[in-house]
Amino acid sequence: MNGSSMSFPSGIFSELERLGRELDAAFGNTTATQGIRATGAGAFPAINIGNTPGSTEVFAFLPGVDPNKVELVLHKGVLTLSGERVDEVPTESEQVNVYRRQRFHGRFKRAISVPEDVDPDQVKASYRDGVLNISLKRSGAAQPRRIAIA
Amino acid sequence: MSDKQIAGVDAPAAQPRVDVFEDATGITIVADLPGASTDTLELKVEGRNLLLEAAVATALPGDLESVYAEVRVPRYRHAFELSRELDTERIDAALKDGVLRLRIPKVAQAQPRRIAIQQG
Repeated sequence: MNGSSMSFPSGIFSELERLGRELDAAFGNTTATQGIRATGAGAFPAINIGNTPGSTEVFAFLPGVDPNKVELVLHKGVLTLSGERVDEVPTESEQVNVYRRQRFHGRFKRAISVPEDVDPDQVKASYRDGVLNISLKRSGAAQPRRIAIA
Repeated sequence: MSDKQIAGVDAPAAQPRVDVFEDATGITIVADLPGASTDTLELKVEGRNLLLEAAVATALPGDLESVYAEVRVPRYRHAFELSRELDTERIDAALKDGVLRLRIPKVAQAQPRRIAIQQG
């Protein structure tokens, strides 16, 4: 969004600018550096990532999917998550009208770079209320360490 | 339902993605509400409006520090204006794996009926 060059004292225009900036931030339209595997807004599933002192936690917002049919692979520091979600909307006919069809259907795949010190043997995943939580334990090698001076 | 805490209408909320379709006997709404549970889901009919509100209830480790977030608002809200031929007394709702399925039947007389033509 371009900055407004209009000289109105403030009021609604600055309010609109602020809103625009917030929308830009929310939809990823920023000039900030983005991860090489970042996707645009609206990708399925949406993903949040957080760190605890001992792990990286990935949350995939994956409603209405059988967790047994989701494929999770960790290979060379990249976690990929793929699967398929079935279409629940019936085909239009004389009897059926479809008004909105916003929900994702079909095959999906997302890839996430994980920290270097993730232990591939200690990855756990659980699915609850349509949210897949992947917990990747970290060895701590990348955590700050005090080095003793002999 | 009334004992649930509802945030004020000013609390930021995302509009969930929905499918809406109609057949001869009613309307079906399917809404993606990942993270919502039956404890955090609120459905209300107010006049001719159907209001849907739900909070993401996913348990997070206490010492979690967010590093990347596509879901920034842990709350969903959607309002639908219903039409008169829909029977709001008999709405069926089921929430499973973060997907809400709502079935709103039409009142009996609003369903299409073939009119038999008597042979004279």
